[in-house]
Amino acid sequence: MFRNIVRLQSQFGNILSPNKVCPRSPHFRFALKYSTAITERKRFYQDVSISQGEGGLYEINLDRKKLKTPGGKLFTVPNEVLAIAVATEWDAQRDTLKFYTMHLTTLCNTALDNPTQRNKEQMINAALKFLETDTVCYRVDEPHGLVELQKNEWDPVLHWIENRYNVTIGSSSSILGPEIPEATKDTFRQHLNSYNFWSLTGLEFVITQLKSVVLSMGMIDRHLSVEQAVLLSRLEEEYQIQHWGNVEWAHDYDMYELRARTAAGALFVHLSSEGSTVKRKLLQDRQG
Amino acid sequence: MATLLPPLRVCRGILKELRAMQGATYKLSPAYNYVMEQFRKNKVTGEMYCRAQQEAHHDSHTYLCLLASNRTHLALHKLYHGKGDRSREEVAGLVGLRLPTQPGGKGWEK
Repeated sequence: MFRNIVRLQSQFGNILSPNKVCPRSPHFRFALKYSTAITERKRFYQDVSISQGEGGLYEINLDRKKLKTPGGKLFTVPNEVLAIAVATEWDAQRDTLKFYTMHLTTLCNTALDNPTQRNKEQMINAALKFLETDTVCYRVDEPHGLVELQKNEWDPVLHWIENRYNVTIGSSSSILGPEIPEATKDTFRQHLNSYNFWSLTGLEFVITQLKSVVLSMGMIDRHLSVEQAVLLSRLEEEYQIQHWGNVEWAHDYDMYELRARTAAGALFVHLSSEGSTVKRKLLQDRQG
Repeated sequence: MATLLPPLRVCRGILKELRAMQGATYKLSPAYNYVMEQFRKNKVTGEMYCRAQQEAHHDSHTYLCLLASNRTHLALHKLYHGKGDRSREEVAGLVGLRLPTQPGGKGWEK
């Protein structure tokens, strides 16, 4: 299991030497791998390709070597589309590997390794906890323009989700936020239970990025596009930017990063939760 | 509410991103083949409101957003946050000084 590390070590010198001395217990090695994440590594492969392994799962090959997760497991994805997207991410790296741009790979690694050892129920509970502090439900009283903007932009999304799921989620301007009735939570719990573990990983990622369950569900249900969801999530920031001006190295930087992560999360959820079959329609004979 | 670009623009956008990422050989990549295949497959539909087509359209839009914002984010990072620290020579040069050199190295250096 240290073969990979030793092989890489011979190529890069002693970058990975801290791993050499760690004890052999899997838990410690696991935590160490995740905690001493190296941010810059040279591109050590020429070609990226995908292959189908056992059980119909797809693997990524970097030159001749198979890609592995940080936890040491073989990197496998359930469908070909996700494999192609991950391969494209790896192929897009030039000179150095920038792991912070490879969002789909990171999500796959999290889903495969599950480093925080959570099960579906814990993830659903965490997601629903976010509902209580949902961005869309917190309104301000003060700058009148912002109040109007929030009403015009956020209210339609709230109405949409209330109609779609038959729930009530209010909005409030108090510091405690709205009271979410138990029935609402149960409905959402039931809905979230229908997603598999991989999709839930992606969904939780999106919720954490957008800071809103309402906006995440709106985007996953394809009611909002990624750009719209990001705009609604940053509504107050956009308002202030229009008032005080845009700072490219902060505002734009954050916005594009948020867009990239949210798009990756949404794509991950969609690709993990859908399967496609082809049903051929019989061609009907046309007469006359 | 999801006002998406027309599929042709999304397709061209994705191809532009792939070309920017990979250079001239982007037509050989599996991503190119898959994207073209999907766009061709979903072009014609017999239904009036075809859910598969709408979903594919939204997904293609999402992928375009992912590629474009990744590239822009990386460009912004290189532009504003990529420089790192100055070297010792540069720092000395800021105030018009030069680092002293001692041929043969200092006594305690190898």
